[in-house]
Amino acid sequence: MDIHEYQAKNILAGYGVKIAEGGLAYSSEQATQRARDIGGNVWAVKAQIHSGARGKAGAIKICKTPDEVFSAAEDLLGKTIVTHQTGPKGKVCSRLYIEAGTDIVRELYLSFLIDREYERIVMIGSSEGGMDIEEMAESNPEAIIKIYIEPAIGLQDFQARAMAFSLGLPASMLSQAVKLIEGCYRALRDTDANMLEVNPLVVNGHDELIALDAKMDFDDNALFRRQNISELRDKSQEDEREMAAADRGLSYVGLDGDIGCMINGAGLAMATMDMIKLAGGEPANFLDVGGGASPERTEKAFRLVLADDNVKVMLVNIFAGINRCDWIAEGVVKAVKKIELTMPLIVRLSGTNVDEGREIILKSGLPIIMAETLADAAEKAVAARNEVVAKGQGE
Amino acid sequence: MAILINERTPIVIQGFTGKIGTFHAQDMINYGSNIVGGITPGKGGVQHLGRPVFNTVKESVEQLGAEASIIFVPPAFAADSIMEAAEAGIKYCVAITDGIPTQDMMKVKNYLKNFPEEGRMVLTGPNCAGTISPGRAMLGIMPGHIYMPGEVGVVGRSGTLGYEAADQMKALGIGISTSVGIGGDPINGSSHQKILEKFEQDPETKVVLMIGEIGGPQEIEAGFFAKEQMSKPVVAYIAGLTAPKGRRMGHAGAIISSTGESASEKVEQLLDMGVTIAPTPSAMGETVAKVLASL
Repeated sequence: MDIHEYQAKNILAGYGVKIAEGGLAYSSEQATQRARDIGGNVWAVKAQIHSGARGKAGAIKICKTPDEVFSAAEDLLGKTIVTHQTGPKGKVCSRLYIEAGTDIVRELYLSFLIDREYERIVMIGSSEGGMDIEEMAESNPEAIIKIYIEPAIGLQDFQARAMAFSLGLPASMLSQAVKLIEGCYRALRDTDANMLEVNPLVVNGHDELIALDAKMDFDDNALFRRQNISELRDKSQEDEREMAAADRGLSYVGLDGDIGCMINGAGLAMATMDMIKLAGGEPANFLDVGGGASPERTEKAFRLVLADDNVKVMLVNIFAGINRCDWIAEGVVKAVKKIELTMPLIVRLSGTNVDEGREIILKSGLPIIMAETLADAAEKAVAARNEVVAKGQGE
Repeated sequence: MAILINERTPIVIQGFTGKIGTFHAQDMINYGSNIVGGITPGKGGVQHLGRPVFNTVKESVEQLGAEASIIFVPPAFAADSIMEAAEAGIKYCVAITDGIPTQDMMKVKNYLKNFPEEGRMVLTGPNCAGTISPGRAMLGIMPGHIYMPGEVGVVGRSGTLGYEAADQMKALGIGISTSVGIGGDPINGSSHQKILEKFEQDPETKVVLMIGEIGGPQEIEAGFFAKEQMSKPVVAYIAGLTAPKGRRMGHAGAIISSTGESASEKVEQLLDMGVTIAPTPSAMGETVAKVLASL
């Protein structure tokens, strides 16, 4: 789960990390008022969307007068912002964070994340802040410092000092750097975050270290014990269908193709999508209905996939393990009748009681196309899709 | 032979008396696994499915000589159960539970390192379908009847994709020595490589099929091992060719977050390391057949 910059900064501030003075605004009037409350003569008006790379997308505006703050807010509020991280659909901005301008002397990079190879939290730093860390890893890997943290004892002072020196900070700033670095680490550890990124971390004209931007991503599996974090969820930033799926206990990812998919198991779902691609088609979605594909779940899953207007045919691929194919077939037949499915439906069943399952589908009288193997299913789905498209063009 | 489990391995169920634990325990008993008892803290002393229930794993090890355990404990308590198993002297543990927090798994892995490598408990999963040595023992939630005994070792992250592979092989008359699910989580008990090491040692296994997916470094690490230290051929399929970057595909660990984690990049590297790639998921069986025929 992602959160907004201002929420991440609130968390960090609670761990003693210095942030610039700022306030939240839902309207242009509020934005101007926030700027006046903060005082000074430079403000940053920052769109709160779940994405990095906002600067390049024009979603962060530096303003010199309250009037400029007003028009920046007018421009950003309600706008769909597309960054290279949001995908082409972009994300709608409905909150602004108004922050006091910071006189930036140096920009640094600091992040913490869970390293899958080392199975530890790793602290990553670079004296070149403000850049995309992935790009930096490609162009200048020597500039990246990595320090691994022993899980049982946690981040030690000497490690924080090592990072501070590697970032090129002078001895006079050491104690505040150690405090900030350790604060960030504890914030990640205590909240079950997967990732915490401060980019840039800046040094201002008064030799103060300030977290100018902050990004956090949390482990969904740990939200059950982080009530205060789950409350920060902003559903407006999430894909509507993926959210609807998650609320129904289904795992769904929307894609750009037109062959709708319903499969049990994440691996088989990915494999089926691969097979569609190899057969010359494009999957419309990833959808794992889980092991217990009951008639109710099947119906919900069908409705979810069909809510995507791009979908032209539907492919169901179920490998029945503990559940039996006949039971799943009944669920599919019921769901198809209930929602009056009109588009071509390709069904491939495999596993326990497969013959009984096929029999049920054949006897249902529904125009369901049966497939034998994974390859057969994908080929039939692509052929059916091409037929639908050809017909559409003929009309 | 097979690896990890056979028909004699004494098995206990952690989370024995719960609905899911009960269902799968019965299924494993029906398959012929040597289920000797189970653990549900607070319910020790009663009989369940005709077998004794204990309060602690330690008691089951001391009284019944339990060597393997399988965990059906809810995510919030699963890490604790895994550590309890290790401390009690269990040699092999399968964690079925899906949804264990990543930091809990970090803790578990770190805890296991306290034990000398020699006698350290082997953990597979979490978020997996378990392990089966066909015809001998099943320590998992898979449909046992689709697996045929034979000479191919299988290791994979996904449950149903593993079933698909077993099914394809069975249709071609190819059997399996042991099939191990390592699970779909970002931090798991055993990597692909750890299982390859065991298959390399197993005289019964002739070929290994590795079913990987997007995300993480484990498939490539296994490829290096296969190239440098294995005498047996490895066949691989990597799922997620169509998966977009930065999106989680069902499994908590199936996400491309950095360079080298996509399916095409993994396939390219594995090919360089001499691993035979099944070009499509429906060609897993026939690719294994070709490699077997060439031996």
